[in-house]
Amino acid sequence: METAKKKVKIGKRKRTTYLYGYLFIAPTVIGVMVLNLWSVIQSFYYSFNEVKGFAAPKFIGLANYARLFGDAEIWRSIGNTFLYSLITVPLGVLLSLVVAVLLNAKIKGKGVFRCIYFLPVVSAPAAVALVWKWLYNKDYGLINEMLSAIGIGRIDWLGKPSMALISVAIVGIWTMVGYNMVILIAGLQDIPKGLYEAAEIDGAGPFAKFFKITLPMVSPTLFFVSVTTIISSLQVFDLIYMMMKPSSPAFKSVESIVYLFYRYTFTSYNKGYGSAIVVLLFVIILFITFIQMKLQKKWVHYND
Amino acid sequence: MKTKKKQNIIIYIILVVMAFVMVLPFIWTVLTAFKTQAEALKVPPQILPSSWSFINYVKVSEVLPFAAFFLNTFLMVIARVVCAIFFSALAGYAFARIEFPGKNILFTLVLMQMMLPSQIFILPQYLIVSKLGWLNTVKALVVPGVVSTFGTFLLRQFFMGIPKDLEEASVLDGCSIWKTFWKIMLPLAKSGLVSLGIFTALFAWKDLMWPLIVNMSIEKMTLSSGLVTLMGQYSVDYPQLMAGSVIAILPMIILFLIFQKQFVEGIATTGTKG
Repeated sequence: METAKKKVKIGKRKRTTYLYGYLFIAPTVIGVMVLNLWSVIQSFYYSFNEVKGFAAPKFIGLANYARLFGDAEIWRSIGNTFLYSLITVPLGVLLSLVVAVLLNAKIKGKGVFRCIYFLPVVSAPAAVALVWKWLYNKDYGLINEMLSAIGIGRIDWLGKPSMALISVAIVGIWTMVGYNMVILIAGLQDIPKGLYEAAEIDGAGPFAKFFKITLPMVSPTLFFVSVTTIISSLQVFDLIYMMMKPSSPAFKSVESIVYLFYRYTFTSYNKGYGSAIVVLLFVIILFITFIQMKLQKKWVHYND
Repeated sequence: MKTKKKQNIIIYIILVVMAFVMVLPFIWTVLTAFKTQAEALKVPPQILPSSWSFINYVKVSEVLPFAAFFLNTFLMVIARVVCAIFFSALAGYAFARIEFPGKNILFTLVLMQMMLPSQIFILPQYLIVSKLGWLNTVKALVVPGVVSTFGTFLLRQFFMGIPKDLEEASVLDGCSIWKTFWKIMLPLAKSGLVSLGIFTALFAWKDLMWPLIVNMSIEKMTLSSGLVTLMGQYSVDYPQLMAGSVIAILPMIILFLIFQKQFVEGIATTGTKG
């Protein structure tokens, strides 16, 4: 009798705990189901349909995907996006690491430098893009004025097809360095000081210390920074949208996958095809994440 | 000792050159915003404006409702931050500490969304907002930020790092789960909540595509999407364009300068724990 009573009591307490658990997660789980899970399913569904304007979806099977593979525009935008990543990721991460290592040294005025490097991070990309558009201006922009002052001719930064992507990538790097720097400094500060002291006793120079201690010890953070930078660079949109006019002759050599998705989905209202493009982006990112997980085991040095 | 000094000089040269590159666009923007169009277009360039007049700021705010942009942006950021912190703290705590059936499956469901590119949600979310009749409202701006899967994950990590003794003591004292969460655990997770708040605010502030899509009427735009209109209207008047850019950049820079430590720590935590 006694034990049975106890059981009921415990059962009741357990049920209250369950109830609290469900209540606590309810807003997030419901939100995720409606705004995320349902949305992903919808996007996949639309990608198998023709959805023009506000008309009802018409099932067309794999037609959007068949068109995708034969569409030169798609391949070009994938090429542009990969090229953008190829420029911004190695340069941006390397610069961030250099700045982080330098700011981790014992020097005066660290705080001021860190603050200055972080300014682009808190600036809205829309405004940043306008500012750089003015700096890049072919006839009156500051960059060309400075170049011509030292005898280099004017460059049509955003108007020349071979130059435009590089110009946008420079701005991408400029906005990214401060963000990655802060994360890398946090990683550098976790390295035990004793390691450096021991190396100094052994007579190691600054380069030996960097390659033998700093780099392996910071590799998990460096890996994390690289992964997030690659994934966000594949989604580049804001800078291109603000800096490039679709009528510009250089536009075609800059347009990214996300821009193409935006154009089909929200300006020409071909939502089915737009959805197929976004699914393609999803597959590309999934594939890259998978490769990165494989590489992680090989390259990254984990302490434990 | 001498090599150490030499080393420091090289470090400073690199840092100063980098700082110059980082800050020059801002300085040039502010200077241009004070100039007349004729001064801005001078070749070779005139570095300082002839007079320090705010006329371009006045002119640009006559063309565009910057007060409304500012208010919309502010409301969007605040609402997203409050929702993200509150709902993520609740869910993060439950996933970290409360036992209930189906917990792992539900957490996996939340976690899975973090791996997806946000663009895959945009069209269906737009259609939901449009069906609700919320297009061109501040509510529409908030929608994608109501729940935060990243925040849930981050705060779960945070709660898991807090020792269990305090909680157990409060349960023994007869506190309910809600009271334990609200009175004891939430204050302990304060630095995590601040980090998430800053991270959320920063990304809401920088968001362009969503405000661009849902709010086409000018009084409901954000600072970012409002600038797009400015670009169309004034593709030639650079001083006014730069004045508009300064208005759109300055609020967050001021916030950053005041809460510098929290910003840097917030980004470092979201980066290393996330």
